[in-house]
Amino acid sequence: MTTSTKIVRGLGSAGSGTLHHIRQRVTALALLFLVPWFMYSIIHACKAGYEGALEWAAQPVNAILLILTLSAALYHMRLGIQVVIEDYIAKSGSRQALLILNTFAVFALGVATILSVLKIWFTAGA
Amino acid sequence: MAGQGQADNRPLSPHLQVWKWHWTMAGSIFHRVSGVGLYGGAFLIGAWLIALATGPEAYALVEAIAFSLPGQILLFLWSMAVLYHFANGLRHLIWDGPMVGFNPGLASLWSMFNFAFAIIGAAVIWSLASFY
Repeated sequence: MTTSTKIVRGLGSAGSGTLHHIRQRVTALALLFLVPWFMYSIIHACKAGYEGALEWAAQPVNAILLILTLSAALYHMRLGIQVVIEDYIAKSGSRQALLILNTFAVFALGVATILSVLKIWFTAGA
Repeated sequence: MAGQGQADNRPLSPHLQVWKWHWTMAGSIFHRVSGVGLYGGAFLIGAWLIALATGPEAYALVEAIAFSLPGQILLFLWSMAVLYHFANGLRHLIWDGPMVGFNPGLASLWSMFNFAFAIIGAAVIWSLASFY
């Protein structure tokens, strides 16, 4: 009898915690640089009105940094909320449903916002 | 199969009510609270960006909401959450990387600093933004 109880009960570790931890830190490291830029930029863009904000977002450097910020932030968000769901939602069905919803919501927001940035960039001056 | 449709029968950590509140505890809890708040906030910031790409009418609507009193209060709280999560997140990276700052006295002081950074930082940013 060498199979440990935790494996028989299906309560062993998922074996993927280290990668989750590293990804959370790497996205955090990226955000350490991107968030100050984003905060500074969004205040200026918000105050500039529709035309001004559009002009700001259409600059290639800003569009690239926006897409990087969105990617890092959304990845980081998905990992963070995943842990919150796993910690507080004990019922297996609800937990699985919320984890899937988390993935869907983050991907939907990511696709919609990144396509928005690309649309502004590609249609600028057209 | 164990754990299907019910709570897993695993040991629990001590409940909140048996803990005496201290700064590092508040700091840790608020890191999670601000993180959950920022998750919601990202969808609102995303709406702003999508409206910008959609056109002037959609943008005017989002702008009207953002510059209303509830919108401004929400944005102020959002900026505070960003600053707090940023400062405390940096501490997490310092804990994980160079592994310094675990001394209880320093850790408490650092938590206080992070709260002060978020509150004062948000106030400074908003006053600079309104004067500029």
